[in-house]
Amino acid sequence: MARVLLFGRLADQAGWRDRVVEAIDLSSLRGALAAADPSLGEALVAPGVQVAVDKAIVRGEAALSPFTEVAFLPPMSGG
Amino acid sequence: MTVTLTDQPFEPGALVTAFCVGREETGAVATFVGLARAENGQAAALELEAYPGFTDAAIGEIAEVAAKRFRLHDVHVVHRVGRIAPGEAIVFVATAAGHRREAFEACDFLMDYLKSRAPFWKKEHGPDGARWIEPTDRDRTDAERWD
Repeated sequence: MARVLLFGRLADQAGWRDRVVEAIDLSSLRGALAAADPSLGEALVAPGVQVAVDKAIVRGEAALSPFTEVAFLPPMSGG
Repeated sequence: MTVTLTDQPFEPGALVTAFCVGREETGAVATFVGLARAENGQAAALELEAYPGFTDAAIGEIAEVAAKRFRLHDVHVVHRVGRIAPGEAIVFVATAAGHRREAFEACDFLMDYLKSRAPFWKKEHGPDGARWIEPTDRDRTDAERWD
């Protein structure tokens, strides 16, 4: 289980930005999100989308606890 | 060193005054203030989204890099988030150093980072609706000057 945050155009596309999702690791989380919303599932693995687990960028797999925060970050615009 | 994200308008002059207080060894303070442009009516408002705790930490890390590289005495960054009207200040950067060259260059370095690589997501609201903005080629090449 994890708290999932979406930012920028990902949040607009999904129609939500903060949700709790049942998953034991990042790949099962992506799978659960894609099952609920296939086009979001595709957008989450598009080039340039980064994943932060508890506010640190992660490349690859990560285990998730009920208190883990997972953020999907589309390409950053700068300020 | 201070990094602040705020959803409230701020007054740059007051920030400069406060930043200069009590500095007996600082010979130079350089500041930059970025304002939201109206783009001839194309931009009714800007909306900036940040990831609290992540965005400020990332800016803090680059401020540490600037402090070391340019031997700064202090840095202050204030960045707006949320909806910003044309003419309002979006960003304030102040750098304090022994001499002017380091203060100017650090300010320039920090702004190039903030405009191109800082973790914000920017939406422009205009007459034809809203669109997400990405860094321009100019923003990217400006930032590459320091690599």
